[in-house]
Amino acid sequence: MQPSSYVGIEQIQRTGQAQQLDRLLNEIAEHKGCGTSSDGGKASCGSSDGPADMAPEVWEKVKNHPCYSEEAHHHYARMHVAVAPACNIQCNYCNRKYDCANESRPGVVSEKLTPEQAAKKVLAVASTIPQMTVLGIAGPGDPLANPDKTFKTFELISKTAPDIKLCLSTNGLALPDHVDTIANFNVDHVTITVNMVDPEVGQHIYPWIYYKKKRWTGIDAAKILTERQMQGLEMLTARGILSKINSVMIPGINDQHLVEVNRAVKSRGAFLHNIMPLISAPEHGTVFGLNGQRGPTAQELKALQDACEGEMNMMRHCRQCRADAVGLLGEDRSAEFTTDKIDAMEVVYDADTRKAYQELVEQERQATVAAKEAEKSELAKLADAEGISLLIAVATKGQGKVNEHFGHASEFQIYEVDAKGSKFVGHRRVDLYCQGGYGEEDSLETVIRAINDCHAVFVAKIGGCPKDDLKKAGIDPVDKYAHQHIEQSVIAYFMDYVGRVRAGEITHQSRGDADIRQGAFIAA
Amino acid sequence: MAYKIVASQCTGCSACEPECPNQAIFEKNGVFVIDPKKCTECIGYFDDAQCVAACPVDKTCIIDTGYPRYQAA
Ligand code: SF4
Ligand code: SF4
Ligand code: SF4
Repeated sequence: MQPSSYVGIEQIQRTGQAQQLDRLLNEIAEHKGCGTSSDGGKASCGSSDGPADMAPEVWEKVKNHPCYSEEAHHHYARMHVAVAPACNIQCNYCNRKYDCANESRPGVVSEKLTPEQAAKKVLAVASTIPQMTVLGIAGPGDPLANPDKTFKTFELISKTAPDIKLCLSTNGLALPDHVDTIANFNVDHVTITVNMVDPEVGQHIYPWIYYKKKRWTGIDAAKILTERQMQGLEMLTARGILSKINSVMIPGINDQHLVEVNRAVKSRGAFLHNIMPLISAPEHGTVFGLNGQRGPTAQELKALQDACEGEMNMMRHCRQCRADAVGLLGEDRSAEFTTDKIDAMEVVYDADTRKAYQELVEQERQATVAAKEAEKSELAKLADAEGISLLIAVATKGQGKVNEHFGHASEFQIYEVDAKGSKFVGHRRVDLYCQGGYGEEDSLETVIRAINDCHAVFVAKIGGCPKDDLKKAGIDPVDKYAHQHIEQSVIAYFMDYVGRVRAGEITHQSRGDADIRQGAFIAA
Repeated sequence: MAYKIVASQCTGCSACEPECPNQAIFEKNGVFVIDPKKCTECIGYFDDAQCVAACPVDKTCIIDTGYPRYQAA
């Protein structure tokens, strides 16, 4: 079955370009993405005018990037190609034989591509999925430890498809050497993984680095790494290239320290900080997996993100997806684009369809801004809403709607709502509760654990059994907002909830903590 | 002696390949191998054997005792 909003590759081969465009336009007209809803014409998604604390020129660059803009990830897709297998440092949360769940890169056992294969794959995907606006290189190793392969790929793509934005993720060790090349390729986003700014902390995260033809260990290694990272970041900022910082939160090692990291990177011009939970299990074969280092709980992670939020923009929707993933965030279509299939494909880069689609999305996004304002005034009527704040888990397939069956959800988006409004604060991955039509008891428990800090879960549909169990666990299963817009529904639920509390029908209670699912994210 | 790569451990990551001062390292069936005739154990170039220093898997680039110790000219 194809995800709803675009056509699959087989269909394209059957229909041909003109019909494809018609069909796309129809589909867009039908579901309207995050735009107006059928009933009241209210909007639901984030504003198109950009966050208040972001400079307009920065917003202009990031608004269509699914990783950087919470709103864009409803409409636009990115892909990663695995052309860079070598790495120049070792992290304790990574075993390069396998997929790394922390740094969004596949293991070296995954499909490796030459720059030529990678370029062809990108063009094939971009022609099939007009939302594909971003190409990233993030691994399997470090892109800048493989500068020839990385830059060759960029060169090939920028020639044929200049409208695709290029970005790369690096550990930063080699960054200062390549900033000029990065600038020449018009790369406007670089992600640096910064887990520490203090070598005392760093020595517990990095056993060694390979630098200037030598292997360095301990404090020396961490000292060189942090100096190079900060130097690289400053150089990017000086050239107007956007930098996002990724940090892996490792309880007991760098959790407190990340507040300091946040200050250090902000003062050097980073525009976004993404704190991700350590993902660690013995079967990953990593140092942290084997020595039992635990990852943070959902509330620990949220508390740290909240602590840093006053300082700068936090990115909450990162799913730590694999570096060879294709698709809208949270959905992976890479199986359609394996090397065999690509080799057999005739690729015609279709710039016009892409442009048409992207223009439509733009109009739709503009339309949401005014409606969003109306919603705010609605909420203002609630005054302080008794100081109540709720977390709500939402089962969604995208387009900003409550449109997933509880049993089919491989993740829940979490919204926080209070009298000031609703905001997206993260997502929780779960194992599918329902496999082949019947639910399994064990996985229901893990779902409950993953959303245990939420007051309600919004679904398109839910069976009787899980419904009762959720109620027993104190989570309100709600299907009355099926196929409606998320933020609107969240606000409606909240107003109703506050009303019931005021009428004395229910008493408001805060909820406990929740688990973070371990393991790399490969969307089903 | 020269260095050799333990094929069963090699991840094929290619980190060693560009670092060798003698271009002794090449890919074969997804893993990397060292040409013992070209390897100088990095003597005359670097203090550390570069393949060892760059390799992410411990004890993968090791001394091949089947060859006599390299003598710098
Ligand atoms: S891992 Fe996924 S969500 Fe995170 S930055 Fe990369 S593509 Fe975006
Ligand atoms: S020891 Fe030095 S010369 Fe020999 S293969 Fe390794 S890198 Fe090349
Ligand atoms: S660095 Fe080690 S693992 Fe990587 S290709 Fe060379 S020998 Fe194999």
